[in-house]
Formats: sequence, structure tokens, C-alpha cells
Amino acid sequence: MSLKNKLHVLKEKYKSTKYAPAFNALHTFLYLPNETTHGGTHVKAADDLKRTMNTVIMAMIPCLIFGMFNAGYQHNLAVGEIQAVSSGFFSSEFWTLANFAIGFWKILPLVIVSYGVGLGIEFLFAIIKKHEVEEGYLVTGMLVPLIVPIDIPLWMLAVAVAFGVVIGKEVFGGTGMNILNPALTIRAFLFFAYPTWMSGDKVWVESAVERTNEIAAGANLDAISGETILGSLAQGKEFAFSVSDMFLGFIPGSVGETSTLLILLGGLFLIFTKIGSWRIMLSSALGAIVMGLIFNQVVDAGIIAEGSKFYGLMNTPFWHHLLIGGFAFGTVFMATDPVTASQTNKGKWIYGFLIGFISILIRVFNPAYPEGVMLAILLMNVFAPTIDHYVVQGNVKKRMKRLKAKVA
Amino acid sequence: MEHLELFLKSIFIDNMVFATFLGMCSYLAVSKKVSTAVGLGAAVIFVMLITVPLNWLLDQYILQPGALKWLGEEYAAYDLSFLSFILFIATIATMVQLVEIVVEKFSPSLYNSLGIFLPLIAVNCAILGGSLFMQSREIPSLGLATVYGVGSGIGWFLAILAIAAIREKIRYSNVPPALRGLGITFIITGLMAIGFMSFGGMLTGGDDEAKKEEKTASVQEETPTNDHVALNAAEIEKEELANNTNN
Repeated sequence: MSLKNKLHVLKEKYKSTKYAPAFNALHTFLYLPNETTHGGTHVKAADDLKRTMNTVIMAMIPCLIFGMFNAGYQHNLAVGEIQAVSSGFFSSEFWTLANFAIGFWKILPLVIVSYGVGLGIEFLFAIIKKHEVEEGYLVTGMLVPLIVPIDIPLWMLAVAVAFGVVIGKEVFGGTGMNILNPALTIRAFLFFAYPTWMSGDKVWVESAVERTNEIAAGANLDAISGETILGSLAQGKEFAFSVSDMFLGFIPGSVGETSTLLILLGGLFLIFTKIGSWRIMLSSALGAIVMGLIFNQVVDAGIIAEGSKFYGLMNTPFWHHLLIGGFAFGTVFMATDPVTASQTNKGKWIYGFLIGFISILIRVFNPAYPEGVMLAILLMNVFAPTIDHYVVQGNVKKRMKRLKAKVA
Repeated sequence: MEHLELFLKSIFIDNMVFATFLGMCSYLAVSKKVSTAVGLGAAVIFVMLITVPLNWLLDQYILQPGALKWLGEEYAAYDLSFLSFILFIATIATMVQLVEIVVEKFSPSLYNSLGIFLPLIAVNCAILGGSLFMQSREIPSLGLATVYGVGSGIGWFLAILAIAAIREKIRYSNVPPALRGLGITFIITGLMAIGFMSFGGMLTGGDDEAKKEEKTASVQEETPTNDHVALNAAEIEKEELANNTNN
């Protein structure tokens, strides 16, 4: 008996019990349903929710794999096993099995915990509320491991995922009803609840925290530190990464956010498949560029002294802001979330522009948070319905005017 | 610059709803429709604009310890600050009455949709809170007090506008029955506050540190009187902190 039949039999067996949604979901996740619809005409479209979600996941896979290589690379670099690669995307120092193995064993548990806890809660809610399991968590579950530091303890991740899924999504009625992006809610929860694990110079490199503890216990080892570029800039320090490193992603950071190149490819894929909104991506980049240019002008005009703590970040060339930190990742994969973004086209321009604008503003001006993309997106999630409301009202007014002109 | 800083700070960082959770009653009750919310928000901005500077004058010339000096030297010892609550409330209630008359005259539809909540602005804690924060933070000039009033009002306005739009959006969501209505609104407010935390700590870090450094530098160079002043400033800051946490 094939797996498909087995699942079908299971589904039939539990059909009228309260566990039906769970078995339905298992069955339809892997195969097309056996049944056809009865009566009436139906329009059948291939791009259902599940297809949409899978497309986004496909766009993120390169980032995930790169993240695994990069995690190992940063680790080996920090402990001094290998020397920094000087050039090229196809460097033999980077794409080694040893690098991949380290990253794989560190990141795979993150993915498993994220999906295990999140989907578990989804199934639970579906059974209790007696509806079909919704696919909304598929993307969130992949996003979460990509936006956390690699050394995050698994139990913290589990707690945060539970919070994000229940409070961020399920209480609003499930997929498509939430007002804040669940992945970002999870990250914000971690960020405010366990700040020491989410920022600083210890968490971005695999096993740096462990090493610090060993040193504290008296072991004779060199400390590992791997500050993100934004972290060092916020403290007015120099960093030793070239622009090509930033673009290709050979830098410390959250798991999936480092390689702008691969994120860009994913973004193009999303635009090509019409899943992600190019308006939001473009306008966020515009917003960030405008804000970056303003800050550069401020520095050029000599308004701010070189000793000021904002100087380092203000002096960063505006296009660097697009490459460093989680900006690219946030804009491409999270700002474009169709549920929490603005729904109207004009609204999308405003929404995206403000995300770019505010994230650079927070980066530069807020000493507490070196990275502003997460909070900027959350803030604009809050205001997206307001923007939509006024765009719609404006349209209504315009049409009323046209109507009056016609009648008169 | 100082005015602009206080203005932005009172809108985004010390937002009445998301930072101090004041004015919740009308915020929760009148946020079902965007148009009504805008009306109430505008009324709050207006009342704040009038009452905070008025109360600043009251505080400065009647209530503060030693404020009655302008009557003559023998009054300098009087401390009427125990009257602040009652006088502030009196100002606010008068102003709200005025707003009510104006709104009823010029926009009867808004007057009807606001209903009981328009007179209830008089006991809206955000407004009394604005005046009391003005007093406890010792805002130094009338201009700054006006800016603070308007800023806090706009902050409250933005909050009620955003939640009204969200509540319109989730009207048809399948919220669990136990959470429908107020429950989900509270959860939304909490989540919105997370969004607003993006500004927390902004505008405070750099400048304050710079000022402190200046202070310590002057202490080292100059006479002990300066030291005393700096100590006092530190004490005041501590008090402020304590006040904030109490609130």
C-alpha cells in the first residue's frame, strides 16, 4: 500500500472525529486530494495558499544553505582554523564540507524546533476550533531560524514561537487575520525578553558564548568575538569587511540575513512569480536611500561633530545601508507579507517608503537598537490599516467628484 | 531645536497610550470607527493644547512652592501644590465644556456619535496626565508646555486612529469568542506598543550623555557651588525616575 493510500485510509478513519483537520492537513500537504468536488461549477486555480507559501520557502532556501556555510565559516575564522578569503564567491575556503557541517548541525535544530512548536500549535488550534489546518505557518517557520542569532538556546526559540503563534496570530482568528507579522513578533519577543541573547558581539558566531563561559571558568583559550557591522558602527569602531564581503555575505549576522546577493535573487524570484510586491521592495529601498542621503548631507555640511556617537553611522555611505544588517532580508521577505502590509497600491508605496526611512532612522539615532528593520516593519504593520483606510477614502472622494461632474 | 525634540518625544517616545497606558477608557470605547476616532482624537488634541499651557501658568504663578511671590514677600513661603489636582481638573472640565458647545454647534453628527464620551474627556486620564507630567517633569517655559500638550495630544490621536483602522479591519475576523471585543483590543494595544518601542531610547541617549559629561567636567574644573547644582540635578533626575516608575 502506498503512502498516499495509507494517508487516505487514515483520513477516512478519522473523518468524523475531532482529529479530522490534522489528518486532512497531513494528507493534502503531500498529495493532491483524491476527491473531486460535487455539484456546481468551480474555478480551480493552482496558486492556492500552499503554493504561495512554498514559493516563498523556495526563495529562502538559498539563504538558508548559504547561512549554514557562513555559520561554519565565521566559526572557523573566529577560532583561527582558516584565514579570511580575499576574493570571490567561489572561494575554496568558504564552500567546504567542514564549514557546512558546523552550520548544518547548528541550524537544523533551529528549523526543527521552529516548525515543530509552531505547527504543533497550529494543529492544536485547528482541532480545538474545528477548522482545517492553515498553511500560514509554513513561511513563518522558515523565516524564524533565518532571523535569529545562531547561538540562541532552543528553549527560548520554542517559547518565542509559542508566543508569536498564539498571541500574534491565533487569537486574531488564524492565518490571514493577524495584524503584525508573526515571524517579526517572535523576533521582537526574543529581542525584548532576552536582550543579551539577541544583540552584542557574542551571539553571532557559533559557540562564542560557550567559549566565553569556558574562559570565565578558567580555560586558557582565546575569546571569540564576532560583532556585526552595525554593532561595531554603533559603537564608533572600525570594521574589517570590504563591500564585496557585505554584498556576498561573508559577514557575521543572523543566519539568513547576510548575503544580499542571494536575497536579491530570492526577491527577483518572488517578483517574477508575482508573490512578493515589487512596489514595497522598491519603495523601501528608496526610503532607505533618501534617509541615508540626508544623513550623508548632514555629515558633509559639518552639522555633526566627528566625536558624536552618531557620526560613524551617519557617515556610512547611503548605499552601504542597503547591504549591511537585515535590511535586504526584511524588505524582501517580511515587509512584503501580503497579510500585514498595505493592501492598496498607493498604500504600498507609502508603507514601503516609511519602512526604509524609519529603519535607517532607528539604526542611526537609537543607541539601544543597532538594527531598526524589524521594529520599523512592526511599526508600519500597525499603521498599514490606517494608510489603507485613507487611500480608500481618497479614492471614494475622487470618484464622487467625477460622478458629480458627470451628472452636472 | 528644544521644542522640536520635545514635540517628537511626546508623540512617539512618551506616547500617552503606548508608553504610559493613559486614557484607555475612551481609547477602547470610541475606537470602533475611524471617523469617530478622528473626531475624539481632534477633541483631545484641542483640549490638551489649551489645558496644558493654562495649567502651566497656574502651576507657575499659584501652585508651586514660592509661586505666590508676585503678591508680595510675605506670600513667598506658601506652598499650594496640594491644590494641583483640583485646580487642574477645574481647568480641564471648563475647557471640555467649551469644546462640547463648539462641537455641538458646528458638527452635530460628530456630537451625536461621540455621545457620552465627549463630556467624559473631562475625566480622560490622558489629559490630566498631560498636565501632571508637565508639572512633574518641570517643563521650563510656556512655549514648551504648549508644545508638550499638542505633542501628547497628537500621540494619543495617532494611537486611537491606528487602533480604529485595525479594528475596522479585523471586524470580520474569526476571533475566539472569549476574546471578542475588549479582550482582542487589549491584545492589539499591547502588540502596537511593541511596534512603538522602536522609538524607545531615541533622543535620550546621546544628548543626555553629552550633558552629563559637560556637568562632570564643570564639576572638576570649577567651584563647589557647581558641584551642589550638579548633585541637585542628579537628585531631581532620580526623583523623576521614581515618579515615572510609580506612574
